[in-house]
Amino acid sequence: MTNLLEIKNLYIEAHSEEVWQPIVKDISLTLKKGEVLGLIGESGAGKSTIGLAAMGYTRQGCRLASGSILLDGVELMGASDEDLRLVRGSKIAYVAQSAAASFNPSHRIIKQHVEAPVQHGIMSYSEAQKEAIKIYRRLFLPDPEKIGFRYPHELSGGQLQRAMVAMAMSCEPQIIVFDEPTTALDVTTQIEVLAAVKEITEKMNKAALYITHDLAVVAQVAHRIMVLRNGRLVEEGETRALIRKPKQAYTRELLNVRSLREDKNQSDKMAVILTIKDVAATYTGEENVLEDINLTVRKGRTVALVGESGSGKSTLARVITGLLPATGGSINFLGEDLPLELKHRTKDNLRRLQMIYQMPDTALNPKQTVRRVIGRPLEFYFNMRGKKADARIRELLSSIELEPDTYINRMTTELSGGEKQRICIARALAARPDLIICDEVTSALDQLVAEGILDLLQDLQNKTDISYLFITHDLATVKAISDKIVIMLEGKIIEQGAKKKVLSPPHHEYTDKLLSSIPEMDPDWLDNLLDERLDSFI
Amino acid sequence: MKNVILHILKRIGASVVTVFVISLIIFIGVELLPGDVADAVLGQSATPETVEALRKELKLDLPPHIRYVAWLKDFVQGDFGNSLANHRPVAELISWRFSNTLFLAATTALIAVPLAILLGILAAFYRNTLYDKVISTTTLSFISFPEFFVAYILIALFSVKMELFPSIAMIDPHMGLGRKFYTILLPALTLTCVVTAHMMRQTRAAIINVLASAYIEMAEIKGIRRLRIIIHHAFPNSLSPVINVVAVNLAYLVVGVVIVEVVFVYPGLGQLLVDSVAKRDLPVVQASGLIFSISYIGLNLLADVLSMLSNPKLRQSQF
Repeated sequence: MTNLLEIKNLYIEAHSEEVWQPIVKDISLTLKKGEVLGLIGESGAGKSTIGLAAMGYTRQGCRLASGSILLDGVELMGASDEDLRLVRGSKIAYVAQSAAASFNPSHRIIKQHVEAPVQHGIMSYSEAQKEAIKIYRRLFLPDPEKIGFRYPHELSGGQLQRAMVAMAMSCEPQIIVFDEPTTALDVTTQIEVLAAVKEITEKMNKAALYITHDLAVVAQVAHRIMVLRNGRLVEEGETRALIRKPKQAYTRELLNVRSLREDKNQSDKMAVILTIKDVAATYTGEENVLEDINLTVRKGRTVALVGESGSGKSTLARVITGLLPATGGSINFLGEDLPLELKHRTKDNLRRLQMIYQMPDTALNPKQTVRRVIGRPLEFYFNMRGKKADARIRELLSSIELEPDTYINRMTTELSGGEKQRICIARALAARPDLIICDEVTSALDQLVAEGILDLLQDLQNKTDISYLFITHDLATVKAISDKIVIMLEGKIIEQGAKKKVLSPPHHEYTDKLLSSIPEMDPDWLDNLLDERLDSFI
Repeated sequence: MKNVILHILKRIGASVVTVFVISLIIFIGVELLPGDVADAVLGQSATPETVEALRKELKLDLPPHIRYVAWLKDFVQGDFGNSLANHRPVAELISWRFSNTLFLAATTALIAVPLAILLGILAAFYRNTLYDKVISTTTLSFISFPEFFVAYILIALFSVKMELFPSIAMIDPHMGLGRKFYTILLPALTLTCVVTAHMMRQTRAAIINVLASAYIEMAEIKGIRRLRIIIHHAFPNSLSPVINVVAVNLAYLVVGVVIVEVVFVYPGLGQLLVDSVAKRDLPVVQASGLIFSISYIGLNLLADVLSMLSNPKLRQSQF
C-alpha cells in the first residue's frame, strides 16, 4: 500500500526573542490508508504543530523551515496559498481540542458543516445538508434531523465535539487530524467522542493522526504510537508493543503516571475538623444548585469531591469559603459554626481555610514577585515583615521544593505552569491553614508535572497533618491521593465513603458509569466497554 | 423570545427614566441662566409695568416646580409653547428645522456607514499592508481637521473652483427630493469625512480582534477563502461594537452638526438652537434640548437592541 501522508525530516521554527528557533526537529512519519497514528507527548512536545503541518498550516509566528510533506503524492512544502487552500478541508481535515471555541457562535452548526463541501465545489448546498444529517446519525448525535439547525451554544460539550468530528468528515477527506479531541471533556462524555472516532477510523476506514497527552486514550484508537518530547521523536512503535515494552525511560514514566499510591493507615481516629450539614445553595434564588449536602473532613486526611462539570462541586467550594452564602444548613469548622457569609467571618476563620485554584496563571498577579505573593499573607495574618518574613518565605519555598535563592525575586510570569502552582501552594501554606480546598489543581498541568504536585501535597500532609478537600473530575487523581471519596451528581451527593469502599463493588449506578469510563492502558478496553454498554441497551 | 421582549421593554423603561432626568437638568439649567428673562426679552422697552406684565404672561411669577410640571405635561402632549422672539408656536418652528436636520443626517449616514464598513473590512483584510496604512492615514487626517476647515476646503474645491455644487445649502419645502440631495451634497460630504474614520477604525479593530479566534483558524483549516472568512465568519461576530459606534456617530450627526449648518447656512435645528440661546428664546431652547436628548437616547437604545439581536446566544438566553 502506498503512503497517504509522508513527512520527511521536518523542521518547524517559531519566532521568539527576535530569532527563529526550532520547535519541531527532524520528524519523519508515514501514514497509510485506514491507519491511525497516535502522537503523544506533554505540552511543548510539538504534537499539535506537527498535526497542523500535515495540512501545510502553521500558526502565527511559526514557519515550516525544511523537510518535506507529501500528501497523497503532492508536496505541501512551499506550495502556494491557493494550492494549500484547495487541499485543506477536502483532502485532510482537522478536529480541534475545543469545539466550543472552534464553532462560529453566529452560525448554525449545519451551515458551518456544509461550508467546506460547498466552497470546495464538491456538493451543492442541499446535497451537503443531506450528507450532514447522515453523518450526524452515524455518530449517534441525538435528533440528527434537527440538531444541525441549532446554534453552537445550544449543544453540550460532548455533542459539539461529535458535531465537529462530523464536520471534519463533510468533504470525505482521506486523512483526519484529531488534536486532543477529548481533553476538555468529562470521562463519561469522552467515551461518546472516542466511539465516534472509532466509527470513522474503523468502519469508514479513514486514516488519522491522533494527538493527545493521554497514553491510555491513544492506546484505544491508534495502531502505532509516536512519543514526542521537546519537538523530537523519543520512540515509535506498534501500540501493543509500545505499551507492553517501552524502550525509553520517558515512555515508561508516562506509562507509570496512573499507578496507585500506598494507602494510609485507615483508622478514623483523627479529629473531625469540618462538618457540613444539610447545606443548600442557589444562584438564582429559585432553583437550588446544591441540596442536602452532608460531609465531614478529618484532620490530616484528603477528601476527594468528584463529579462531572455542572455537578456543583466548585459551587460547594464557594459555599464553604463563604463566597456564595449557603441558603440553609450549617458549616462547622474546628468546633465552631462558621458564619455563612464571607463578610461576617473573622480573620482567623479566613486564615485557617485556604484555597488553591485550577489556573495558576490567573491566580497569581503577573506584576508581582514570588516574594511579594508569599509575603502578603504573612503580613496580613501574622503581621510579619522584613527579615522574619524573608526567612519564612525561604522556608516555604524550600518546603515546596523550589530553591529559595533562585526563585524568591522572580516575577510570577517567569515561572512554568508547575512552578506557578507550587507558588500557589506556598501562598496557601503561608497562612498556616488547617484545611486547603484544592479546586482542580492539576487539571491544567501536564501529567508528569501534575504528578509532582500531587506528590508534594501528599508530603506536606504527611509532615503537617493538613487536610485537603480535593475537587476534581479526574478519577485517576482521586484513586491516587484520596482517603475518602464523595461523588456528586446534579447538586447532590449520591455516594460517599472510604476510598476502598467506594471503589469496590457494589457501586451506585452512576459511580459505576464514572469508574468504568476511566480509560485503561489495555488497547481493547474501549471496544469491550462499548460492546458491554451496547448489550445492556438491548 | 419572551425574555428578549421583556429585556427590551426594560431598556425602554430605563430610557424613559433617563429622558425624564434630562428634562429636569435642561429645565434647571435654563433656570440658572443669569438675569431676568422678561428684562432680556423687552430690552430697551423694559419698564417695571411691562416687565411685570410679561412675567405674568410667561407665568414666571409661579414657583419653578409648578412651571416644570406644566411644561413637561404640555411637551408630552406635543405643545411646546410659543416662541418669545416671534410668538409663533415652537412646534411649528422646530418641526421644519428638525426634519431638515434628520434629512442631512440620514443622507450622510447613507454615504458614510456603508463606506466606513466597507473600508473597515478591506483594511482588516489587507491589514498592515500599504493599502491599510493609506486608508488609516487618510481617514485619520480628516478626523484631525476641524469641521469648518474641511467644509471650506470642499467649498473652495467643488463650488468655487469647479462650480459643481452650491456653497450654500438653503433648502425649502417646495424643492423636489433630487434637488434637495444636490443642494446638501457638500455638507453631507463634510460630515462624511468627519464620521467615517471613527466607524472605519472601529470596524477594522473589531474584525481584527475576532480574527484571533479559534473558529477563524478552523475556517482557514477548512480551506475557506480569506475574504469569505472576513465577511462571513469575522464580521457577524464583530457587529456589536460596530453597531454601537455607528449609533454614536448617527447621534452626533443629529445633535452635533451645528458648525456645519452654520457654514452652509443650512436651516437645521442646531442653528435654531444657537440663535435661540442668543435671543433668550427659552421655550425653543428647552424644546430643542429635549428633542436632541431623545434622539440621542433613542439611537443608543436602538443600538443596544440591535447588537443584542445580532448575537444568537443573547437572542435566546434568559435575562
